[in-house]
Amino acid sequence: MIPLYWYLLLAVALFCIGVYGVLSRRNAVGILMGIELMLNAVNINFLAFSRYITPALLTGQIVAIFVITIAAAEAAVGLAIVIAIYRSRSTVNADEIDLMKW
Amino acid sequence: MAEPAVYAAFFILAAVTLGGAIAVVTARNILHSALFLALVFVSVAGLYVLLEAPFLAAVQILIYVGAIIVLILFALMLTRRITGERVRQTNAQALPAALAALALLAVLGGLVATFAWRVSTESPPPNTVPLLGEALMRTYMLPFEVAGVVLLVALVGAIILAKER
Amino acid sequence: MLDAIRNLWSLIYNLFPNLAQALAAFLRGTGLPGWGVDLLMALLSALVVVISVLLGMLGMTLMERKVMGRMQNRLGPNRVGPLGLLQPIADAIKFLIKEDIVPTNADRWVHTLAPIVAAIPAVLVYAVIPFGKGMAAADLNIGVLYILAVSSITTIGIVMAGWASNNKYSLLGGMRAAAQIISYEVPLVLSMLVAVMLAGSLSLGKIVEAQGGLLGILGWNVFRVPFGTLAFLTYMICAVAELNRTPFDLPEGESEIVTGYITEYSGLKWGLFYLGEYFNAIAVSAIATTLFLGGWQGPILPPYVWFLGKVLVIVFILIWLRSTLPRFRVDQLMGFAWKVVLPIALVNIFVTGAAITLWQAFVK
Repeated sequence: MIPLYWYLLLAVALFCIGVYGVLSRRNAVGILMGIELMLNAVNINFLAFSRYITPALLTGQIVAIFVITIAAAEAAVGLAIVIAIYRSRSTVNADEIDLMKW
Repeated sequence: MAEPAVYAAFFILAAVTLGGAIAVVTARNILHSALFLALVFVSVAGLYVLLEAPFLAAVQILIYVGAIIVLILFALMLTRRITGERVRQTNAQALPAALAALALLAVLGGLVATFAWRVSTESPPPNTVPLLGEALMRTYMLPFEVAGVVLLVALVGAIILAKER
Repeated sequence: MLDAIRNLWSLIYNLFPNLAQALAAFLRGTGLPGWGVDLLMALLSALVVVISVLLGMLGMTLMERKVMGRMQNRLGPNRVGPLGLLQPIADAIKFLIKEDIVPTNADRWVHTLAPIVAAIPAVLVYAVIPFGKGMAAADLNIGVLYILAVSSITTIGIVMAGWASNNKYSLLGGMRAAAQIISYEVPLVLSMLVAVMLAGSLSLGKIVEAQGGLLGILGWNVFRVPFGTLAFLTYMICAVAELNRTPFDLPEGESEIVTGYITEYSGLKWGLFYLGEYFNAIAVSAIATTLFLGGWQGPILPPYVWFLGKVLVIVFILIWLRSTLPRFRVDQLMGFAWKVVLPIALVNIFVTGAAITLWQAFVK
């Protein structure tokens, strides 16, 4: 059987790659893709714990189903906002739609 | 399940997942980034099968690859010109972001690898579908209904936000 | 004498499972480790499924052209080989020798990957379909969900094709096709759910077994009026829309939008799109027979003969629809999906659920 911490390390690595994507991408849709990577890492974590620590209870799988649902809702709303921003400013680069002082 | 096959599957899926994720955050053409994201989703679904959650794997492909990637592709196509652009895709804080991600990786990875997890030796149930169905309809009935309301609100909100005036 | 006939009949009836068991016993005898035998049997069954699917698809291309020809009061192809039977081989050779053109400024990688992503998921569906008693390549206990998940991958291939061709007709056709497919996916799922509810399991093997009933015919889901029949009708409508076939083929209508997202493809890549459509068509027919027409259930004849017959009937219905009905306009098509088919499918599910609960409450 594969040790638990291998799955957890994989999830941590995926999460950190997602963090890098969110912090360093200019395109707003690129930032959303980083967020999706982070949510997938979290799901792998939940499922690994559910499989290795309490296999009979399926709690991790239920939580993962809800995470997928909420990720879908958030992607839909986020992309609708991106489209609305594009319509008013003709750009979706995060540093060009920045209205803040600093 | 035979041991060498499981290890081989894990390594292949882990390599594809991490390689695809790095391609997602570093590709210069944002459309290639979206397609690599689809690849990451498919290999994560493979990992779910390895974790004995086949229902979750099918749901992952159906929702993430079948719907969210299409949504992302539509959004990308509606927000740029048709000829491929070669603009710079990383902003000014790329290097601090990379350092922060590496620091996070070191801290979390160290924690996870050195903690003594209480791994159980039970085997998971062979057919998870009826158990998931019962759990969703009994124990987790309230979050289930709330998730339905959240999806309805997101649907209406997305339509209103993206509508033309 | 009677015993010999009975033995011969049971041999023919269970032909393919017996062959598989004999092969597995032979492989185990040669001293391979257990997992090696399993791996080899899995690969061999996958190979058999793929080859039979390819042959079926080639046969369907010929059947379509000849049947459509007859319905239009002309003969179909009849020059190549006796009665035109070698026409599919001529078509295959044509794809292989045509020049492969990639437009300038098109994204090479995406342009090449798009037909693969659009065509291969249709072949993956065949892994879970029971072709006869005990003849599913892999009877997953999430069979129906697997089919839905895998067939939703074709949408990405179509969007990729539309985008990567660097052509506004392709882009428009690709987006219209994707919008049509995702709109009709919702009532498709709901109508497949009726069959799942009537059998109580997502596994296709169990769904077929639950359609046993009287004489092997009266238990089919399509005869369980009104839920099964209505579900079968909505499934066929949604499946025809998913396949981008007439009357829902606006995204690739040749007279409307210059073949839409397939415009810039030639040679083997176009061949793969064309074949992918036929793979999908037969897959949809196979799923319809498994979920609604009782799969391999039927009296007297061997199960795989029944299955083949039913798939041929549904394929004939698909070809019949193509040669008879005119094309929907794109707004009529979308309006039909969201305002007519989806409410019907939803009401059907409520009624089925209520009926099953009442049946269990009164009969138990």
